[in-house]
Amino acid sequence: MSVPSHRIVIIGSGPAGLTAAIYAARADLEPLVIEGEPSSTSDQPGGQLMLTTEVENFPGFPDGVSGPQLMADMRAQAIRFGADVVSQKASRVDLSSRPFGVWIDDPESPTPTHMADSLIISTGAQSVMLGLEAEQRLIGHGLSTCATCDGFFFRDQEIAVVGGGDSAIEEASFLTKFANKVTVIHRRDELRASKIMQQRAFDNPKIEFAWNTVVDNILGESVVTGLRLRDTITNEIRELPVTGIFVAIGHKPNSGLFSGQLDVDENGYLITEADRSTTSIDGVFACGDIQDHRYRQAITAAASGCMAAIDAERWLESLH
Amino acid sequence: MAGSITNLTDSTFDEQIGSANGPVLVDFWAEWCGPCKTIAPVLEEIADEQADSLSVAKVNVDDAPGLAQRFGVMSIPTLILFDGGEPAKRLVGAKGKPQLLKELAEYI
Repeated sequence: MSVPSHRIVIIGSGPAGLTAAIYAARADLEPLVIEGEPSSTSDQPGGQLMLTTEVENFPGFPDGVSGPQLMADMRAQAIRFGADVVSQKASRVDLSSRPFGVWIDDPESPTPTHMADSLIISTGAQSVMLGLEAEQRLIGHGLSTCATCDGFFFRDQEIAVVGGGDSAIEEASFLTKFANKVTVIHRRDELRASKIMQQRAFDNPKIEFAWNTVVDNILGESVVTGLRLRDTITNEIRELPVTGIFVAIGHKPNSGLFSGQLDVDENGYLITEADRSTTSIDGVFACGDIQDHRYRQAITAAASGCMAAIDAERWLESLH
Repeated sequence: MAGSITNLTDSTFDEQIGSANGPVLVDFWAEWCGPCKTIAPVLEEIADEQADSLSVAKVNVDDAPGLAQRFGVMSIPTLILFDGGEPAKRLVGAKGKPQLLKELAEYI
């Protein structure tokens, strides 16, 4: 069986990957989009917006739009112009020679599943967990990584959100629709979240804050019953009885697939040339959160996806 | 029709699960859950392809909060495999088809 060959393969299907797909498809490059497999721990076809509720800052939606809806629309738009979207997971890439090899399923297979003249990487980032032993045991039993999925189950209960950024504060505000009380646990004494989100949280009578505080352990054998908290200044330990805990403490880039092949920074983000999407290998482009730890917005991811598609198109043309 | 997916409610659950021939994979889901939507087509495929060995049913937790509570569902999507009317296996969170088939291997 011969290996199918593509002008452009896009790995990842958040706003960056799908915008790249829309532009590449409209340039008649018939991109293949490897969108990933549904998974709560690794892949998330559609990207991080699949776990959000209302997106209020994406231009063009004066009344807001739900994250999953926005992503479903971007996907449909890419397909309309001829992108081929497959719900599979890339397991290996070989960037040592061109065309590049991309594997799906068995990474040990001697031949790649797809060959690509150019590659756009938009694998994004995923939430970081606390790294506590109890997490494995209690996930789905009071510990959640998706407020929009699981908030419903904490009606009239007292719960906690860990983190101080936009996602943490958005989750906390959303969860007050269900919970009686939401305690935001943050290791610093001020939030990183945008001013409008902060004000909304400070004005919400159901939200309380535990400043300079970290989670030492999650309590409960079969379901979450509480948290053991540590004050980062006094080292004082206290317990907070909660039935639910939502973790939103930051992200790490999904760059493992490319380690040893592409240049990354000290935190694992792919390094792209300033104002370009080009990586350390000719013909490989990166866009979205995999190469951006500064802005990390749907709109900046989409913009960089557009840049990657244009860079890839021009690079392919330059080969002739 | 082979491979069709039944919607279970508080009032039909016990009868349907109790009278099932063979294992039933029950998907606890809701309209507002993004990952639930991404696995829906995967479950349709499994229902179709594995119709000889297991059936697939859905519980909308909005419509049947009692069932979610009864089976301790606190996170969706949650898949519970009922064998002989009893919960035999529980899978929390969205998973891809290959991984789901692997987890369900002993029942298909």
